[in-house]
Amino acid sequence: MKISIQINEGPYQHQASDTAYQFAKAAIAKGHEIFRVFFYHDGVDNASRFTIPPQDDRNVVNNWASLDIKNAEGEPELVVCVAAALRRGMLDEGEAGKNGIDGNNIHPAFRISGLGQLIEAGIQSDRLVVFGD
Amino acid sequence: MLHTVNKSSFERNSLKSCLNAIDDTSVILLIEDGVISAANNENSSMLAGLATEGRVFALQEDVDARGISSKVADNIKLVDYAGFVDLVEEYGTTVSWV
Amino acid sequence: MSTKKFMYLNRRAPYGSVYALESLEVVLIAAAFDQDVSLSFIDDGVYQLVEGQNPEGIGMKNFSKTFHALGDYDINQFYVSAESLEERGLSLDDLMPLVWEDEDDDWAEKPSIKVVSNVELTKILSEQDVCLSF
Repeated sequence: MKISIQINEGPYQHQASDTAYQFAKAAIAKGHEIFRVFFYHDGVDNASRFTIPPQDDRNVVNNWASLDIKNAEGEPELVVCVAAALRRGMLDEGEAGKNGIDGNNIHPAFRISGLGQLIEAGIQSDRLVVFGD
Repeated sequence: MLHTVNKSSFERNSLKSCLNAIDDTSVILLIEDGVISAANNENSSMLAGLATEGRVFALQEDVDARGISSKVADNIKLVDYAGFVDLVEEYGTTVSWV
Repeated sequence: MSTKKFMYLNRRAPYGSVYALESLEVVLIAAAFDQDVSLSFIDDGVYQLVEGQNPEGIGMKNFSKTFHALGDYDINQFYVSAESLEERGLSLDDLMPLVWEDEDDDWAEKPSIKVVSNVELTKILSEQDVCLSF
Protein backbone atom coordinates (compact mmCIF):
# COMPACT_ATOMS: atom_id res chain seq x y z
CA MET A 1 0.00 0.00 0.00
CA LYS A 2 1.08 3.57 -0.72
CA ILE A 3 0.84 5.73 2.38
CA SER A 4 1.45 9.45 2.77
CA ILE A 5 1.75 11.41 5.98
CA GLN A 6 1.02 15.03 6.92
CA ILE A 7 2.79 16.41 10.00
CA ASN A 8 1.48 19.61 11.55
CA GLU A 9 3.86 20.08 14.46
CA GLY A 10 7.57 20.59 14.98
CA PRO A 11 9.91 18.29 16.88
CA TYR A 12 9.97 18.00 20.69
CA GLN A 13 7.09 20.39 21.51
CA HIS A 14 4.49 17.79 20.51
CA GLN A 15 4.57 14.03 20.06
CA ALA A 16 3.12 14.27 16.54
CA SER A 17 6.41 13.95 14.68
CA ASP A 18 7.60 11.08 16.91
CA THR A 19 4.36 9.15 16.42
CA ALA A 20 4.48 9.75 12.68
CA TYR A 21 8.06 8.49 12.57
CA GLN A 22 7.23 5.31 14.51
CA PHE A 23 4.21 4.80 12.24
CA ALA A 24 6.28 5.30 9.07
CA LYS A 25 8.98 2.94 10.33
CA ALA A 26 6.41 0.25 11.11
CA ALA A 27 4.73 0.74 7.71
CA ILE A 28 8.05 0.34 5.89
CA ALA A 29 8.89 -2.74 7.98
CA LYS A 30 5.59 -4.26 6.87
CA GLY A 31 6.49 -3.69 3.23
CA HIS A 32 4.33 -0.64 2.56
CA GLU A 33 5.60 2.33 0.58
CA ILE A 34 5.76 5.76 2.20
CA PHE A 35 4.97 7.83 -0.87
CA ARG A 36 5.55 11.18 0.80
CA VAL A 37 5.81 12.82 4.19
CA PHE A 38 4.56 16.40 4.01
CA PHE A 39 5.62 18.83 6.73
CA TYR A 40 3.20 21.70 7.27
CA HIS A 41 2.53 24.41 9.87
CA ASP A 42 5.29 24.22 12.53
CA GLY A 43 5.99 20.74 11.15
CA VAL A 44 8.49 22.42 8.81
CA ASP A 45 10.84 22.73 11.80
CA ASN A 46 11.44 18.97 11.60
CA ALA A 47 13.69 19.68 8.62
CA SER A 48 16.27 21.82 10.42
CA ARG A 49 19.83 20.53 10.12
CA PHE A 50 20.78 22.69 13.12
CA THR A 51 18.93 20.92 15.93
CA ILE A 52 21.13 19.74 18.79
CA PRO A 53 19.14 17.59 21.22
CA PRO A 54 20.87 16.35 24.42
CA GLN A 55 22.88 13.17 23.83
CA ASP A 56 20.52 10.99 25.87
CA ASP A 57 17.46 12.12 23.89
CA ARG A 58 16.25 10.99 20.50
CA ASN A 59 17.22 13.03 17.46
CA VAL A 60 13.94 13.62 15.67
CA VAL A 61 15.48 15.12 12.52
CA ASN A 62 18.00 12.31 12.15
CA ASN A 63 15.25 9.75 12.78
CA TRP A 64 13.42 11.05 9.74
CA ALA A 65 16.59 11.19 7.67
CA SER A 66 17.38 7.57 8.61
CA LEU A 67 14.20 6.33 6.94
CA ASP A 68 15.72 7.40 3.62
CA ILE A 69 12.35 8.13 2.03
CA LYS A 70 13.00 8.90 -1.64
CA ASN A 71 11.22 8.62 -4.97
CA ALA A 72 12.33 6.69 -8.06
CA GLU A 73 14.41 9.69 -9.18
CA GLY A 74 16.29 9.63 -5.89
CA GLU A 75 14.77 12.88 -4.62
CA PRO A 76 13.76 13.05 -0.95
CA GLU A 77 10.07 12.55 -0.30
CA LEU A 78 10.32 14.30 3.05
CA VAL A 79 8.73 17.45 1.70
CA VAL A 80 8.61 20.79 3.51
CA CYS A 81 5.90 23.29 2.54
CA VAL A 82 7.61 26.34 1.07
CA ALA A 83 5.06 28.91 2.25
CA ALA A 84 5.06 27.58 5.82
CA ALA A 85 8.87 27.23 5.75
CA LEU A 86 9.66 30.76 4.55
CA ARG A 87 7.30 32.20 7.18
CA ARG A 88 9.26 30.36 9.87
CA GLY A 89 12.79 30.97 8.61
CA MET A 90 13.37 27.51 7.15
CA LEU A 91 15.35 27.93 3.93
CA ASP A 92 17.19 25.73 1.49
CA GLU A 93 20.01 27.08 -0.66
CA GLY A 94 17.66 28.08 -3.47
CA GLU A 95 15.24 30.00 -1.28
CA ALA A 96 18.07 31.67 0.64
CA GLY A 97 19.57 32.84 -2.66
CA LYS A 98 16.24 34.07 -4.03
CA ASN A 99 15.56 36.04 -0.87
CA GLY A 100 19.08 37.37 -0.36
CA ILE A 101 19.71 35.56 2.91
CA ASP A 102 23.20 34.31 3.70
CA GLY A 103 22.43 30.90 5.13
CA ASN A 104 20.26 27.86 4.80
CA ASN A 105 19.12 25.26 7.28
CA ILE A 106 17.27 22.46 5.49
CA HIS A 107 18.68 18.99 6.17
CA PRO A 108 19.68 17.26 2.90
CA ALA A 109 17.24 14.40 3.52
CA PHE A 110 14.39 16.90 3.06
CA ARG A 111 13.33 19.14 0.20
CA ILE A 112 11.23 22.30 -0.01
CA SER A 113 8.26 22.34 -2.34
CA GLY A 114 4.76 23.71 -2.78
CA LEU A 115 1.45 22.84 -1.18
CA GLY A 116 0.42 21.10 -4.39
CA GLN A 117 2.65 18.23 -3.21
CA LEU A 118 0.27 17.61 -0.31
CA ILE A 119 -2.75 17.45 -2.59
CA GLU A 120 -0.83 15.24 -5.01
CA ALA A 121 0.12 12.93 -2.13
CA GLY A 122 -3.58 12.63 -1.30
CA ILE A 123 -4.39 11.78 -4.91
CA GLN A 124 -1.55 9.32 -5.49
CA SER A 125 -1.60 7.46 -2.18
CA ASP A 126 -3.96 4.78 -0.94
CA ARG A 127 -4.00 6.45 2.46
CA LEU A 128 -3.07 9.82 3.91
CA VAL A 129 -2.65 10.03 7.67
CA VAL A 130 -2.43 13.34 9.55
CA PHE A 131 -0.40 13.78 12.73
CA GLY A 132 -0.84 17.02 14.61
CA ASP A 133 -1.75 18.67 17.86
CA MET B 1 -12.98 4.63 8.48
CA LEU B 2 -10.34 4.90 11.13
CA HIS B 3 -10.64 7.82 13.54
CA THR B 4 -7.56 8.71 15.56
CA VAL B 5 -7.84 10.75 18.75
CA ASN B 6 -4.67 12.10 20.32
CA LYS B 7 -6.09 14.29 23.09
CA SER B 8 -7.14 13.53 26.62
CA SER B 9 -10.90 13.90 27.02
CA PHE B 10 -10.14 15.85 30.20
CA GLU B 11 -8.29 18.53 28.25
CA ARG B 12 -9.99 18.85 24.86
CA ASN B 13 -13.23 17.88 23.15
CA SER B 14 -11.60 15.86 20.34
CA LEU B 15 -13.04 12.54 21.53
CA LYS B 16 -16.51 14.03 21.93
CA SER B 17 -16.37 15.52 18.42
CA CYS B 18 -15.12 12.24 17.02
CA LEU B 19 -17.98 10.36 18.69
CA ASN B 20 -20.43 12.82 17.13
CA ALA B 21 -19.14 11.99 13.66
CA ILE B 22 -18.42 8.27 13.71
CA ASP B 23 -20.61 5.92 11.68
CA ASP B 24 -21.57 2.34 12.52
CA THR B 25 -18.70 0.70 10.65
CA SER B 26 -15.79 2.84 11.82
CA VAL B 27 -13.34 2.36 14.66
CA ILE B 28 -11.38 4.64 16.99
CA LEU B 29 -7.67 4.42 17.73
CA LEU B 30 -6.47 6.34 20.79
CA ILE B 31 -2.89 7.58 20.46
CA GLU B 32 -0.60 9.97 22.35
CA ASP B 33 -2.58 11.69 25.17
CA GLY B 34 -5.70 10.16 23.65
CA VAL B 35 -4.88 6.93 25.52
CA ILE B 36 -5.92 8.63 28.75
CA SER B 37 -9.45 7.94 27.51
CA ALA B 38 -8.61 4.24 27.44
CA ALA B 39 -8.13 4.12 31.21
CA ASN B 40 -10.85 3.53 33.74
CA ASN B 41 -11.79 7.00 34.94
CA GLU B 42 -14.75 9.36 35.15
CA ASN B 43 -14.86 9.72 31.37
CA SER B 44 -14.87 5.97 30.65
CA SER B 45 -18.56 5.93 29.83
CA MET B 46 -17.84 7.95 26.66
CA LEU B 47 -16.27 4.90 25.03
CA ALA B 48 -17.90 2.01 26.89
CA GLY B 49 -20.53 1.27 24.24
CA LEU B 50 -18.16 1.29 21.28
CA ALA B 51 -15.58 -0.69 23.25
CA THR B 52 -18.15 -3.41 23.92
CA GLU B 53 -18.62 -3.63 20.16
CA GLY B 54 -14.86 -4.10 19.78
CA ARG B 55 -14.43 -0.79 17.98
CA VAL B 56 -11.96 0.98 20.28
CA PHE B 57 -8.21 0.50 20.06
CA ALA B 58 -5.39 2.14 22.00
CA LEU B 59 -1.71 2.34 21.11
CA GLN B 60 0.18 0.07 23.52
CA GLU B 61 3.38 2.13 23.45
CA ASP B 62 1.51 5.29 24.46
CA VAL B 63 -0.36 3.43 27.21
CA ASP B 64 2.92 2.01 28.55
CA ALA B 65 4.67 5.39 28.32
CA ARG B 66 2.04 6.92 30.57
CA GLY B 67 2.09 4.09 33.13
CA ILE B 68 -1.58 3.23 32.77
CA SER B 69 -1.44 -0.27 31.27
CA SER B 70 -3.07 -1.79 34.38
CA LYS B 71 -5.91 0.76 34.16
CA VAL B 72 -7.04 0.10 30.59
CA ALA B 73 -10.80 -0.42 30.49
CA ASP B 74 -12.35 -3.76 29.52
CA ASN B 75 -12.87 -4.40 25.82
CA ILE B 76 -10.39 -1.78 24.64
CA LYS B 77 -7.95 -3.52 22.33
CA LEU B 78 -4.26 -2.69 22.48
CA VAL B 79 -2.22 -2.47 19.27
CA ASP B 80 1.41 -1.59 18.60
CA TYR B 81 2.64 0.67 15.75
CA ALA B 82 2.47 -2.27 13.33
CA GLY B 83 -1.14 -2.74 14.44
CA PHE B 84 -1.74 0.97 13.80
CA VAL B 85 -0.54 0.44 10.21
CA ASP B 86 -2.87 -2.55 9.88
CA LEU B 87 -5.84 -0.47 11.06
CA VAL B 88 -5.01 2.23 8.50
CA GLU B 89 -4.92 -0.43 5.80
CA GLU B 90 -8.10 -2.19 6.91
CA TYR B 91 -10.39 0.76 7.59
CA GLY B 92 -9.81 3.03 4.59
CA THR B 93 -9.84 6.80 5.06
CA THR B 94 -8.22 7.99 8.28
CA VAL B 95 -9.70 10.98 10.11
CA SER B 96 -7.45 12.62 12.69
CA TRP B 97 -9.20 14.53 15.45
CA VAL B 98 -6.18 16.66 16.29
CA MET C 1 -5.52 11.87 -12.56
CA SER C 2 -8.41 10.22 -10.81
CA THR C 3 -10.89 12.30 -8.83
CA LYS C 4 -10.99 11.82 -5.10
CA LYS C 5 -13.17 13.32 -2.43
CA PHE C 6 -11.11 15.58 -0.18
CA MET C 7 -12.41 16.84 3.15
CA TYR C 8 -10.78 19.74 4.96
CA LEU C 9 -11.66 19.38 8.62
CA ASN C 10 -11.51 22.72 10.46
CA ARG C 11 -12.02 22.69 14.22
CA ARG C 12 -10.10 25.74 15.39
CA ALA C 13 -10.95 29.41 15.70
CA PRO C 14 -8.99 31.85 13.52
CA TYR C 15 -6.14 34.12 14.77
CA GLY C 16 -5.35 32.32 18.06
CA SER C 17 -3.32 29.83 16.04
CA VAL C 18 -2.23 29.60 12.41
CA TYR C 19 -4.18 26.44 11.55
CA ALA C 20 -7.21 28.24 10.08
CA LEU C 21 -5.15 30.50 7.81
CA GLU C 22 -2.84 27.73 6.62
CA SER C 23 -5.79 25.39 6.04
CA LEU C 24 -7.30 28.03 3.76
CA GLU C 25 -3.97 28.27 1.92
CA VAL C 26 -4.17 24.54 1.16
CA VAL C 27 -7.75 24.87 -0.04
CA LEU C 28 -6.70 27.65 -2.44
CA ILE C 29 -4.05 25.38 -3.93
CA ALA C 30 -6.52 22.48 -4.00
CA ALA C 31 -8.68 24.57 -6.34
CA ALA C 32 -6.07 24.03 -9.07
CA PHE C 33 -6.44 20.24 -8.85
CA ASP C 34 -9.54 18.74 -10.35
CA GLN C 35 -10.77 17.05 -7.18
CA ASP C 36 -14.03 17.02 -5.24
CA VAL C 37 -13.39 19.44 -2.36
CA SER C 38 -15.49 19.79 0.79
CA LEU C 39 -14.82 21.83 3.90
CA SER C 40 -16.31 21.11 7.28
CA PHE C 41 -16.41 23.52 10.19
CA ILE C 42 -16.87 21.88 13.57
CA ASP C 43 -16.32 23.06 17.15
CA ASP C 44 -14.52 26.44 17.27
CA GLY C 45 -13.88 26.05 13.53
CA VAL C 46 -17.28 27.68 12.97
CA TYR C 47 -15.73 31.00 14.04
CA GLN C 48 -13.67 30.99 10.83
CA LEU C 49 -16.85 31.82 8.92
CA VAL C 50 -18.29 34.48 11.23
CA GLU C 51 -19.15 37.73 9.46
CA GLY C 52 -17.51 40.96 10.62
CA GLN C 53 -14.05 39.76 11.66
CA ASN C 54 -11.72 42.69 12.27
CA PRO C 55 -8.21 41.62 13.26
CA GLU C 56 -6.73 45.06 12.53
CA GLY C 57 -6.25 45.73 16.23
CA ILE C 58 -4.24 42.52 16.73
CA GLY C 59 -2.04 43.34 13.75
CA MET C 60 -3.11 40.42 11.58
CA LYS C 61 -4.55 40.11 8.10
CA ASN C 62 -8.30 39.54 7.73
CA PHE C 63 -8.11 36.34 5.72
CA SER C 64 -11.81 35.57 6.13
CA LYS C 65 -12.43 37.60 2.98
CA THR C 66 -10.64 34.93 0.99
CA PHE C 67 -13.51 32.52 1.65
CA HIS C 68 -15.63 34.65 -0.69
CA ALA C 69 -13.28 33.86 -3.59
CA LEU C 70 -13.58 30.07 -3.27
CA GLY C 71 -16.97 29.89 -5.01
CA ASP C 72 -15.29 31.08 -8.22
CA TYR C 73 -13.07 28.00 -8.08
CA ASP C 74 -15.99 25.60 -7.68
CA ILE C 75 -15.25 25.16 -4.00
CA ASN C 76 -18.77 25.47 -2.70
CA GLN C 77 -19.37 22.61 -0.28
CA PHE C 78 -19.05 24.21 3.15
CA TYR C 79 -20.56 21.99 5.85
CA VAL C 80 -21.07 23.75 9.18
CA SER C 81 -22.04 21.79 12.26
CA ALA C 82 -25.47 22.87 13.51
CA GLU C 83 -24.65 21.59 16.99
CA SER C 84 -21.37 23.53 17.11
CA LEU C 85 -23.15 26.74 16.05
CA GLU C 86 -25.89 26.26 18.61
CA GLU C 87 -23.47 25.52 21.47
CA ARG C 88 -21.77 28.83 20.71
CA GLY C 89 -24.95 30.90 20.46
CA LEU C 90 -24.46 31.34 16.72
CA SER C 91 -26.71 30.77 13.73
CA LEU C 92 -26.41 30.84 9.96
CA ASP C 93 -27.25 34.58 10.06
CA ASP C 94 -23.97 35.23 11.90
CA LEU C 95 -21.90 33.67 9.10
CA MET C 96 -20.56 35.25 5.92
CA PRO C 97 -23.02 34.90 3.00
CA LEU C 98 -20.72 32.78 0.82
CA VAL C 99 -22.09 32.06 -2.66
CA TRP C 100 -21.17 30.41 -5.94
CA GLU C 101 -22.63 30.69 -9.44
CA ASP C 102 -24.12 27.53 -10.90
CA GLU C 103 -23.27 27.40 -14.60
CA ASP C 104 -25.77 24.57 -15.10
CA ASP C 105 -28.54 26.82 -13.79
CA ASP C 106 -28.03 30.03 -15.80
CA TRP C 107 -25.31 31.18 -13.37
CA ALA C 108 -27.77 31.42 -10.52
CA GLU C 109 -26.15 32.50 -7.27
CA LYS C 110 -26.41 29.77 -4.67
CA PRO C 111 -25.27 29.57 -1.04
CA SER C 112 -22.05 27.62 -0.39
CA ILE C 113 -22.70 27.08 3.31
CA LYS C 114 -24.89 24.23 4.46
CA VAL C 115 -25.67 23.90 8.13
CA VAL C 116 -25.76 20.18 8.88
CA SER C 117 -26.61 17.98 11.85
CA ASN C 118 -24.14 15.53 13.35
CA VAL C 119 -25.98 12.74 11.54
CA GLU C 120 -25.57 14.45 8.15
CA LEU C 121 -21.96 15.33 8.90
CA THR C 122 -21.23 11.71 9.80
CA LYS C 123 -22.60 10.58 6.45
CA ILE C 124 -20.66 13.21 4.48
CA LEU C 125 -17.45 12.32 6.32
CA SER C 126 -17.93 8.61 5.64
CA GLU C 127 -17.95 9.30 1.88
CA GLN C 128 -14.49 10.94 1.82
CA ASP C 129 -11.32 9.46 0.36
CA VAL C 130 -8.90 11.86 2.04
CA CYS C 131 -9.40 13.88 5.20
CA LEU C 132 -6.95 16.68 6.00
CA SER C 133 -7.18 17.91 9.59
CA PHE C 134 -6.09 21.35 10.72
